[in-house]
Amino acid sequence: MATVAPPRSKVVKHELIGLSGVVERNLYLVKRYIWWDVAFLLWTIANTLTIVFIARGVNVSVAEQNALATKFLVGGVIWAFLGIIFEIVTETVAWERWEGTIEYTFMAPVSRPVHLIGMGLFAVLYGIVRAAILFAAIVAFIGISVPHANYGAALALLAIASISFIGIGMMTAVLPLISPEKGTQLGFVAQGLMLVVSGVYYDVSVLPNWMQWIAKISPATYALRGNRDQIINGGGLAWADVWPLLVIGLVSVPLGLWVFRTGERYAKRHGKLKRSG
Amino acid sequence: MFAIEVDNLRKEFVRKEKRGRGLPKRRRRVAAIKGVTFAIERGECVAILGQNGSGKSTLVRLLSTLLLHDGGGARIFGHDVFREQRAVQRLVNRVSVEASFFKKMSAAENLGYAARFYGMTPRMTRDRIPEILTRVGFPAERRNEAMEHLSRGMQQKVALARALLTSPVVLLLDEPTTGLDPRSKQEVQRFIREMRTTHDSTILLCTHDMAEAEILADRVGILDRGELLFLEPVDDVKDRYGVDTLEEAFFAATGRTFEDETEEDKEREVFA
Repeated sequence: MATVAPPRSKVVKHELIGLSGVVERNLYLVKRYIWWDVAFLLWTIANTLTIVFIARGVNVSVAEQNALATKFLVGGVIWAFLGIIFEIVTETVAWERWEGTIEYTFMAPVSRPVHLIGMGLFAVLYGIVRAAILFAAIVAFIGISVPHANYGAALALLAIASISFIGIGMMTAVLPLISPEKGTQLGFVAQGLMLVVSGVYYDVSVLPNWMQWIAKISPATYALRGNRDQIINGGGLAWADVWPLLVIGLVSVPLGLWVFRTGERYAKRHGKLKRSG
Repeated sequence: MFAIEVDNLRKEFVRKEKRGRGLPKRRRRVAAIKGVTFAIERGECVAILGQNGSGKSTLVRLLSTLLLHDGGGARIFGHDVFREQRAVQRLVNRVSVEASFFKKMSAAENLGYAARFYGMTPRMTRDRIPEILTRVGFPAERRNEAMEHLSRGMQQKVALARALLTSPVVLLLDEPTTGLDPRSKQEVQRFIREMRTTHDSTILLCTHDMAEAEILADRVGILDRGELLFLEPVDDVKDRYGVDTLEEAFFAATGRTFEDETEEDKEREVFA
């Protein structure tokens, strides 16, 4: 039996095929659960509408109402996008455990970074389609006009912010690995905390001081601030938003991988790497 | 070089026990595998028999890189199972008692997903998946049906196809026929024999079905409460205890019938 390690080019090719497999599998699942996805999207549209309609009830001029509605709309859409990335990456383990495939996935010869990045890549693709539909639906329903919107810059900033969210998602993905019963719920707690501190529907400045400090390390803060400027005022990619996102991304992805690897070792040590039921 | 070499392998789990209202839980270490040693030659089929909670599944999960050990060692074709996990993962595949698939995905989609992790492109699997499903006797018209609509027997055939698809040189079978109807059981057993002859696979079969072990394996061992009592050809086992069946050999070796399960055995099942 050959014991020689395969050449590097072959290993890279193998890993890329593995990465495509993760994306391919998730596309199959979307196809199979399409009505569930449609229902979830409708729920998100309804939820975002309830928030955007608040602007219509404020006793200010129509122009100011429109500005406020657009601010809420951008918040809702961006949060829907970043939230879905966070959720999909966080539930990497939970899905596998629920379906019963966790042992086969974790004993397969594919690296964990490739597995997790594959989940992140799919989440970005899925999130973009979902956010675009959500944005178009709300704009059409409530009749908001965004003539100056710089969609190119907005997408570029979202792409940069996605890296940080994938990294943070990797850290929370470890929770269902080490705590099969409570892990997923703890992931939702982390997501909720980011929702509160990042200024999704209000300025971060209204928060208590200690929460504003947490907001500084949340990538959503910079994504929301930048995207609002790009959609409402037609602003470009502002360095003031880009550099914090790059720094958070550069720290969170390696840290996320390290946390996940540590969690995986713990799960292997304590026999938690197995299906539920 | 042995295909599988296990040397004084040990694994313990921590069990938390309630002590009473207001008191913190007591942590107790329970040994699932106690210094197990054996070696399997390339192309050999070895069966490990044991009751529920005997440590069979823990042994398979250790060799599958799903658990870390607490002592001793294990090698697969010379690769350290716990230090060279990627090299081991390329050589090993497994079929367990639960078929374990994405329930809404079809057999073909599930196999495609599994194949990607082993470096197989869509072009490579386009013909290979239908070919393998045909070989395991899976009906062509049901390839695109969701797994949740298939019977246990059908799902287990897909599980065998998944293992075969990646051409493993070591195949770990953890109760692959448990819960199957007699016909499906025979089909799975026939396929295991075929894999051995046509693929030169080394097979470790963990089961509590003594007849199955006798039919399929070159050597049979009994794992009792984490200890491997022996690993020998069936006839040698019978000679050693002067008995006619493996059931009698189990009784002679442990003082219990194979069906007897004590509280200790039931408690150990949680580690399986």
